[in-house]
Formats: sequence, structure tokens, C-alpha cells
Amino acid sequence: MTLPEFFGCTFLAFGPPLAMFIFTIAHDPIRIIILIAAAFVWLLSLLLSSLMWFAIVPLRDFTAFGLVFSVIFQESFRFLIYKILRKTEKGLQEVANSPQIIANKHILAYVSGLGFGIISGLFALMNILADAAGPATFGLKIGSPTFLLTSSTQTLLMILLHTFWSVIFFDSVDNSKHAKTAYVVVSHLFVSVMTLLNTSEMYTLTIGSSVVVTIITGIMAFITAGGSFVTFKRFATCK
Amino acid sequence: MDAHVGEPSRSSEIGINPGKRRRLVQPVGGYGATDSVEGTSHIPNAEIRDGGSSRRNPDAPDGVLRTNEQEQYDEEEEGLKYGAQHVIKLFAPVSLCMLVVVATINSVNFYNTKDVYLLYTPFHEQSPDTGTKIWNALANSLILMVVIVLMTILLIVLYKKRCYKVIHGWLILSSFMLLFFFSYLYLEELLRAYNIPMDYFTALLIMWNFGVAGMISIHWHGPLRLQQAYLIFVAALMALVFIKYLPEWTTWVVLAVISIWDLIAVLSPRGPLRILVETAQERNEQIFPALIYSSTIMYSYMGTHHPDLLSNRNEASETGTSHQNVGEGTPLVRYIENRDAFDVCQLFALKTLSVEKERIYLPLAHGMSLIADSRKLFNISIIFLDNAAGFTEEWTTTNGPRSERRQVEVQANSTGNQNRPAQYRTVTTQSQPVQNYEPEPEERGIKLGLGDFIFYSVLVGKASSYGDWNTTIACFVAILIGLCLTLLLLAICRKALPALPISIFFGLMFCFATNAIAKPFTEKLAAEQAFI
Repeated sequence: MTLPEFFGCTFLAFGPPLAMFIFTIAHDPIRIIILIAAAFVWLLSLLLSSLMWFAIVPLRDFTAFGLVFSVIFQESFRFLIYKILRKTEKGLQEVANSPQIIANKHILAYVSGLGFGIISGLFALMNILADAAGPATFGLKIGSPTFLLTSSTQTLLMILLHTFWSVIFFDSVDNSKHAKTAYVVVSHLFVSVMTLLNTSEMYTLTIGSSVVVTIITGIMAFITAGGSFVTFKRFATCK
Repeated sequence: MDAHVGEPSRSSEIGINPGKRRRLVQPVGGYGATDSVEGTSHIPNAEIRDGGSSRRNPDAPDGVLRTNEQEQYDEEEEGLKYGAQHVIKLFAPVSLCMLVVVATINSVNFYNTKDVYLLYTPFHEQSPDTGTKIWNALANSLILMVVIVLMTILLIVLYKKRCYKVIHGWLILSSFMLLFFFSYLYLEELLRAYNIPMDYFTALLIMWNFGVAGMISIHWHGPLRLQQAYLIFVAALMALVFIKYLPEWTTWVVLAVISIWDLIAVLSPRGPLRILVETAQERNEQIFPALIYSSTIMYSYMGTHHPDLLSNRNEASETGTSHQNVGEGTPLVRYIENRDAFDVCQLFALKTLSVEKERIYLPLAHGMSLIADSRKLFNISIIFLDNAAGFTEEWTTTNGPRSERRQVEVQANSTGNQNRPAQYRTVTTQSQPVQNYEPEPEERGIKLGLGDFIFYSVLVGKASSYGDWNTTIACFVAILIGLCLTLLLLAICRKALPALPISIFFGLMFCFATNAIAKPFTEKLAAEQAFI
């Protein structure tokens, strides 16, 4: 159960993001660069939040504390990368091969969101996966046997959520729709806080709620990006 | 085990070209140490650039007569436009190299265990006392740096004295070592790690084929991809050697010190790398890509576009210099850069060119002859192709192969390799167009020195040797961002910049910060399955 589990969990968590990367990002150099820049910004936010967690020694044992602050930092850094991208838009126009990337503002949002998601997913799961590859198997004598499975499912959901959140966030800040901005922050907080219940192995509840939030956020992002039921039908029937 | 310390020397040259035109220079050459062999191997590079530029702007408004300002603006834009692609073209091989190193570190235990050390690092950091360790690391890296600096100076002296044979011998010897001995060591440890039995005959057969193919493709000709693959592998191998044979803390200190050295060597007015590159420009030669050992510089291979020429051009137009008897390169260049370039181009295109020994006689309309050192002709063709906008498309397209042939001939003469059989020339001439004109995008490649590959990989590999993937990923992202910033700075400053300092600084910072601060946090989160 080591190698098969390793591959299964890897592709469960990173398969869809990999496909998204290959089909929507990889062909355009500027998108790859923005993706990496977004990953870098997320890293900065992680460093700041862990510095905070690290510095305040008495609260170090309360994961909730570090987690809430981390969410807040991530969202402020999402705003930061929004600012950076909008400021450098003109420069990007010159650099980009296709005018599309500027014409459609959601592309930048999508790419940076995916960058956020991928790096956070990697940070959440990479070490676990490396351990999963063997020689030991998790959950035989202690711990939950579904630990790996639930972790990778949650990671996939987080990656998708980050992408959706960025699309909604960028648009809402552009058009100053504060309610949507607030939705992004609150739903991020909600999903993260819910995962705290994982320690008591309430996986149905945590993953169930995450899936619901992901679907709702996904639909919101789809509508934000200009989609509608008609366009979806057209897409589904390949017209 | 001592020989490999010399390696870095061989390995690290770079040239990204922010040159006046940010035109990418080294398409076929791949990423660096490619054309270390004299003579013909230089040719393809120039060639492609010609082909690329002529094909690219047949109808662009790139006239000879454009004002400087306009040119500058266009160049800037062009530079930026292709910048993104170039960044990615660097990302891919750099990532591949790191991947090889990280994968090896994680699967082959041999490279992780410390038993033997390099000759240059006599202090082995075995004392448990931190103070002693720091002192040891500093002393080790100081010794190593002194060796590196001495090697660099030796190299420059050799280059200044035109001892090309010695330099090439040096390069070939070191790549021979890497491709045969260290590859064999690598294979052996790989087989041991995966517990695969293999008899000596098979192993030797594999090594022989691998090594010989590598020598041929690196130092002579080979498919571009193969050459790149070999270069990446060689860099990865070198990085592994560093990781294995340098004591723990010395590695970190060496990384820091070598970036500082890089900074000094490239940026200070009398910095050795700078001298080297400027000499190469003066002589209008490729910088030996394989050889500049010091460390990676991102230096422009400005070729024909460096500032001196520009001022020459202005002078020339003022004085109205036209045809002249040229003994040295510069006046001829000046002439061509002058607005009469069009005429010269036509001459090149329409009249046959006679090449005799080292001299070239170029018939001119007024019955005069341009005589140039054949070496310089190489540059002329670059210049006139850059300005070739005025020609018909047909001319420009056929122009590539033609000038290539010419250059092959010229080069064959100029290298003074009299004993090279005539047949050799023809073969090269015919085979090259096929090889060089393949994929469009490749024509505008960027050169990044193997030294960069090596030290980036050392950093990432070292980070991964602690067994924490988050640190490795953080390092990787930080290095790529540093590379991005360096390239951005290059586009802005348009002067030579060292490639190591920003990336290594970011990498080191993120490595230690992640390892010390973020690691406990993310581990706690992962253990509790809390997702942020």
C-alpha cells in the first residue's frame, strides 16, 4: 500500500491542477512567470504567518491562532499581488505575446490564484506524500487509515478554492463589490477553521463542507468570469 | 579526488545579452559550454542569429537610417517581448538540473554521506563546537575562493596571450573527467542504491557510449537537445560532487562567498570576468562559454553592438568616412555601420568573395579593395544582416545559408588549421543548414552558464538533503524568482549583471527561513490536517 497509495494520492491532489497548468498555463511564458510570482507571494505570506506563530510562544500550541492569522495574511497578500499585477499591467502588455492576457482580466486572476493554490497544496502535502512512498504505511496501528486520502482530497479542494477565490477577489476589488471580497475572506476562514475538526477525525463533516463551499465558490467564479447557464450548456454540448 | 575542484572553472560561463539589441545570440549553442572548441563550432551560432534576424524583420522598419532613439525604444520593446520566452527557456533547464540533483540526493544515499572531502577543504567541521565549525567553514571557503580567483586570473592571462589550445585542452580534459569518471561513479552508486546487478562489460560499454557521445556533442556537433541534455547532466553531476565532498557549513558559506565574488568579478571596473568579456568583444570572438570559471556572469555577448561601435558609427557618419583600406576590424565595421551599409551588403550579396589565406579581398565599386582579417569578416556579415531590412525577402532567406558557407570557409582559414582536410569543410557546409535551421524559437536562445546551474542545484540539493520538501520547494521558487529579477534588471540596466547574487541570496534566505520558522508550523498543520 505504499507506492500505489503514493501515486493515487499524488494524482488525486495534483492531477487536476496539473491538467489545468498544462492546458491553460504552460503555453504562455508570461503566465508561467506570473504563476511563479504568485507562488512566491504566497510563500512570503506563509513565512510571515509562521513568524507570527513562532514569535508568540504561549499560543504556539493553539493551531487555531496561527491558522486564522495565516488566512488573514494570505488574503492580504492576495490583495498585494492584485495590486502588483494591476500596476504592472502596462508592462505586461508589452511583454505578453498575445493581447488576450490584458484584454481578459480574469486570466491574470486565474493564473495567480492557481499559483497560490499549487504552492499551498505542495506545502500541505509534499512531506506527507514523501513519507507515504514508503517504507512504512500510515494508519496501521495508530492514526486514521484514511489520513492520506483525506489530506489529499482536502488539498485538491484547497487548490481549486484558491483559484476560484482569486478570480472572485480580483473582480470584486476591480468593481469594488465589497460583499464578494468579504465572501472570499469569510469562506476561506470557514474552510480553514472547519479543517481543525480533522484532528477528531470528523472527515465527513470537514470534507463535506469544503466540497459544498468549493462548488458554491466555483459557480460564483464561473459567473464572475462571464459564464452563464447558456454558455455552460454550449460548452457541455460542444457547440 | 582533487581534480574536480577545477571543474567549476570550466563550467561557468554565461552570457545573456542585453546588448544593444538584446538579440539573442546563441541559439544552437544551447546553454553555455557548448562551443568550446575552436573554429567551426563558433560558426553555427553566428549563423543562426543571422538567419533569425533576417527572417524576423524582412518587412520591419529596421532601416539603417533610423534614429538612435527610435532604435533604442524598439530594442527595448523587443527585448521585453522576447524576455518572457527567454526566462522560460532558462527556467526549464534550470529546473531540470535541480530535479536531477534533488532526485539523486533523495534516492542515492551516497551523495548524502560525508566521508571524503576535497583537498581544498582541509577543515572537516568535525568538532561539535559551533564556533569552531564556523571558523572551519570560513577558512575552507576562503581557500576555495583563493583557488577560484587564481584560476580565473590564470584563465585571463591565457586568454590575453591567446593560448587557445591550452584553454581548450583544459576544458576538454575537465569535461572528459566528468563524462567518464564521475558518470561512472554516478552509475555505480545508482545501481547500488537500487540494488541492480550489472557486469563490468555492460557498464563499461554504457559508459563508453555515453561519454563519447557526450564529448562529441558538447565539443563538436550534436543534436541541440542532446547537447543540452549533456550539459544539464554535467552541471548536475558537478553539483552532486560539491554536495558530496564539501563539508556541511562550508557549502553554505561557499555559496554566499561565490555570489559576492561573482558580483565583484562582473561589476567592478577591473573585475576579471569583465576584462575577459571585454577582451572577447574586442577580438570579436565568442567568450569561451565553457570556460569562464569564476562564476556565472550574465554578461552581454554584445558582439557587434557594443557601445564603442556605436560611437564609431557616429564618428563615421560625421567624418563621412566611406571606403577605406581596412587592416583592422574596427574601421571596417565602422564603414559598414555607416549608412553606406546598403552598398556593402549588395557587394557581399552580388559579388563573389575571394578568400585567401587569412586575408579577404572584397572588391568594391570604385576599384578599391577592402582587406580585412578574415576573422573580422565574421562580424561584418552579422552587421549587415542586422541591417538587411532593405533587401528583398528572397535575398534574405537565401542569405543565411550563403553567408554561412562563407563563414565556414572563412573560419576554416582563420583558424589557421592548415592540416584540416579540405573535405572537412565541405561536409560542414552542407550539413549545417539542416541542423541549424530547425526550430524557430531555438534560434533566439539564451546562454546561461553551467556555473549557474551548478550553484543553483547545489543550493536546492543541499536544502533537500535535510529531508524537508517544503524547504526544497521554497528554495526552488526563490531561485526562479531571483532569476526573473536578474533578467528584469538586465533589461532595465542593459549592462552586465552577475546571475548568482540575487538568486542565491533569495535561495539562502528562504532556505533558512523555511527550515527554521515555516517548517515547524507546516509540520504541525500537516500532522493535524489543518489547511490554511
